[in-house]
Parts: sequence; structure tokens; C-alpha cells
Amino acid sequence: MRRLGLAFGLLFLWLPILLLVGYAFSADRIPFQWGGFSLRWFAALAANARLLEAAWLSLRIAAGAATLAVLLGGMAGWVLARFGPFRGRAVFGALAGAPLVLPEVVTGLSLLLLFVVLQGAAEAALGWAPERGALTVLLAHATLGLAYVAVVVQARLAGMDPALEEAAADLGAGPFTAFRTVTLPLIAPALAAGWLLAFTLSLDDVVVASFVSGPAGTTLPMLVFSRLRVGLTPEINALAAVILALAGVAVGGAAWALLRRADRDRADRDRADRDRRDPARSSRRG
Amino acid sequence: MMRRAAILLPPLLWLLLLVAAPVAILAGIALSEAAPGVPPFIPPISPEGGWQGTFANLLTLVQDDTYAAAFLRSLVVAFVTAVLCLVLAYPMALGIAAAREGWRVPLLALVLLPVWTGFLPRLGAWIGLLRDGGWVNGVLLALGFTEGPVPLLYTDAALYLGMVHAYLPFAVLPLAATLLRRDLSVEEAAADLGASPWVVFRTVTLPLSLPGAAAAFLLVFIPAAGEFVIPELLGPPEALLVGRALWAEFFQNRDWPLAAALAVALLALLILPIRLFQRMEEDGGSRRGASPPSRGSGRSPEGPKP
Repeated sequence: MRRLGLAFGLLFLWLPILLLVGYAFSADRIPFQWGGFSLRWFAALAANARLLEAAWLSLRIAAGAATLAVLLGGMAGWVLARFGPFRGRAVFGALAGAPLVLPEVVTGLSLLLLFVVLQGAAEAALGWAPERGALTVLLAHATLGLAYVAVVVQARLAGMDPALEEAAADLGAGPFTAFRTVTLPLIAPALAAGWLLAFTLSLDDVVVASFVSGPAGTTLPMLVFSRLRVGLTPEINALAAVILALAGVAVGGAAWALLRRADRDRADRDRADRDRRDPARSSRRG
Repeated sequence: MMRRAAILLPPLLWLLLLVAAPVAILAGIALSEAAPGVPPFIPPISPEGGWQGTFANLLTLVQDDTYAAAFLRSLVVAFVTAVLCLVLAYPMALGIAAAREGWRVPLLALVLLPVWTGFLPRLGAWIGLLRDGGWVNGVLLALGFTEGPVPLLYTDAALYLGMVHAYLPFAVLPLAATLLRRDLSVEEAAADLGASPWVVFRTVTLPLSLPGAAAAFLLVFIPAAGEFVIPELLGPPEALLVGRALWAEFFQNRDWPLAAALAVALLALLILPIRLFQRMEEDGGSRRGASPPSRGSGRSPEGPKP
């Protein structure tokens, strides 16, 4: 019964995706119609300059936004996990968590209004203001990513033993050395996961980008959305298959790295346990 | 002290500028008057003109039945989506929790991976599956259930299929986490005392999983209430939801103050569920922080750390 429910749910989640990928290799002009195996839609994709341009723009925005998000979100996560109670902590936490719970249309509209006001101020002060476009999308996506990174880093720090850093300090490490040699390696998986999360979030966002972007900043999701409004074409079908393959490789790779790391951690813990039970052996080895 | 400030200030300033200020501006513009120009509104307060604001936009939302209907419909769609997700997610989470230890992480990954494959490609798949000459209609025809194509795309059914498909992983995650953390010995004790499997489930497992179910519900309900893309691509064209109304006022009618008023009203409606969700997260977070799961419990019987 439980297995049946799980199998049904997984089938529901995966069937449309697998069919989409399968039919991307169909020669037929109508999507989801089998007309023999063909790579023609992938070739058409590779020849579509507008689409490639949008994809390249989206990748650059996503990489920049994710990097900013890791820097700022890492600091925010640190503040929330390690600063203890301080005045304004509740406000800080609410602000850092807000992008997670605000509806997309609200985030998009409010950020656009901010950019318009800033542009107006720049116009009045300097007589010139930068146009909205890639930069404003990047700033918006960095803000969304910040919130996700902060949660991941905070959770990782909360599950970490502060005694490790204290031990480093006791052994004479300065605060920076302790951070670099002890804390940073321990939170590195959280930072990597946060970067990946922010990166894919940015690559996937159509609502916020549509609000804050300008005429020169059409991202890939914005382009795909405008095409899908008219209906699915085999080219978009092929594009979806490519995105799926890339996401599969990225997430599969990350999962593999995490599992390997978990294995190594478990082996380390087991060894530490054995040593504790049998100190003679560990002292022999040391 | 300096070091603390150096860590606190960059994210704090960023959040003040890009989270707090936009929401404040949004509220301000909701109180302003629409006017032709760039940007298309008169600021509610200015050094020259003083107070020029108006409550007309917020009043419009209350007085115009179209918007009241849009809000009601959005809440219904979000509620139904969240309930459907819970119904599907519960057996899935139970199945993951009951799986052998080595299988749990891969199964969870299988549930979450569709999220990472992108939102638009999945909607594209539904468009291809549900349209008149699409795959689902082909299957129905081949099985002899229908004579001609059944209109599926741009209906409420398509809307809910797309919504549940998009949000289901977010419902499975908190449920599975809660069920994995539960103490199995309580259920064993109930069974030992003669309770049937169904009674064990109803009196022990279900109540224990309620916090996870509440988190799952809110995690779907909150974003679903403002959803724009799925109704736009799959739903009936005439169905006005808040997300679509806001989008139309902004992009088609260029009525920024009314769009801002819609956003403020949506926030006001969602503030209660949002606060509830954050409270639950804080509670769960501190409990998790106080006793890290699985790690300590396996080792503590061996005595204190050296």
C-alpha cells in the first residue's frame, strides 16, 4: 500500500518529464507525435541565435547572482546561527526569510518599484540613470538566493559542534585561521548546495525577471514563457530535454559528491569510536 | 566587535535596501494616484506637493466584484492544491520513511529532482500532453473511452494538474522529514498492546505527523495563492486569479498603483499563514538545533565525551 502510493506519486512526477525527453527526439513537426528518430530539433536549437543569446545571458546572471547570494547569505546565516540574541535579531531574521515566503508577483513588483525610484533619484542627481536589464535581474535574483543560502548555512552551523572551533583556538589558531581551516571546510557543502540552489532558482525564474528587466534583458525563461503562451513547439521540447540533461548531471554530480563525503564522515566517525573504545591502539598509531 | 559589525552590516544593508525598502515603496505606491507619464503615477508624498495620496485603489479592490472574486478564487485554488498535494504526498512520505535506510536518500532525490529540472519545461510537457491532439487524448481514444478529443488544456483540471505537479515535492519533503524523525517504539508499543495496524496509524502515526502536514500545507498554500505562470499557461483564460489580475494591471493596463494595491492586499491576506509557517520553522529549527538528529543518539550510550 505504502509502496503503491510512492510508486504512483513518482510516476505522476516523472511521466510527463520522461515523455517530454523522449519526444524531443521525434522528427515530427507536432510535439508529442512520433515521426521517427531525429536530432533535427536539437540542430534547430543550436541554430537559433536569439535563444542562444538569451541562454548565455541567463547563465551569466545566474552565476553572478548565485555568487553574490553565497557571500551575503553565508554572512546572514552566520549572524543567525552564531551571534546569539541581539537587538533587532528578529527583524534581521524576518528580512532574511521574507523572500522565501513572499509570493513571486509581490517580490517582482516591489523590486521593480524600488529600481524605478532609484532610477528617478539617479536621474535627478546625475542627469543619467542606468537602464533596467541584466543588472536589475541579477540584483533581484541575488536577493532571492541570499534567503535560501542563509537557511542552508544556518542549519549547517546549528548542527555543527562549536567545540571544534574552540579547539582550534585553544591550539593557538587566530580567528581567521580557525575559520579558514576548521569552519570553512565544514560549511563548504552548505555553501556549494546554496550556490547550486541560487543558480537554478535564477535560471528558472520568469515572474521576477519579467518585472524587473528592461528591453535589453530578455532571459531564457522569459523567452520560453512567451513561446509557451502560444503553445509548445518541438524546438522548446528539445530545449527542455537539454535543460533536463544539464540539471540531471549537475544534481547527480552534487548528490554523488555529498554521498561520498557522508561515507567518508561516517568512516571517520567509526574510526574515532573505535579509538575511543580502544585507546591503546590509537596511541600506538599516533 | 568590529568583526561582528563587518559580518552583520553587508547582509543587513542589502536586506534593508532590497527587501524592506521595496515593500515600503509598494505600500506607498498603492496609496498613489495613477497618471500618464514615466513612471505612471503621482508620488503620494512629495516635498513640493505635500500629501497627494489616495485610498481609492484599496477601495476599488473592496468595491469592484471582479477583484473580490479573484481573491476568493485564488484562495480556493491554493487551498484545493494544498489539499491535493497532501493527499498525494502522505503515502509517498510514508513509503520513503518505511524504505530501507540506503534507499531513503535516493528516493527523496527522485522526488526533488523534478524541481531542479525547471518549472517551464514541465509546464511545456503538460501542454503537449493535454492539448486536443495530445498524448492523453490519444490514449483515451485508443482505449475507446471517447470518440473525439476531450478538451483538457485550458481547463480547471489542467490548472490543478500543473499546480500539483509543480508543488508536490514541497509537500513530500516536510512530511518525510517528520515521519523519519518519529520514534518507532511508540508504534511498536501500540501494536504490542493489541492495536490493529489501522488503529496504530490513526492514533499514533497520524497525530505524530501533524506538524509536518501543517508545514507541507503552508509550504504549498502560500506560493500557490499568488501563482501566475501555471494559471496563465494551463488554466481557463477567463479565470481571474490575483496573480493574473496583478500582472494584467501592471503590464497591460499600466495601472501601477492598482497593481501595488493588489500586492498589498495579497500580502495582508497571506500574512497570517506566513507568520504561522515562520513560527513553526523557528520551533522546529530550535528543536533540531538543540538535539541534532541521529548523530548523537546512536553514540550517547557509550558515555560522555573524553
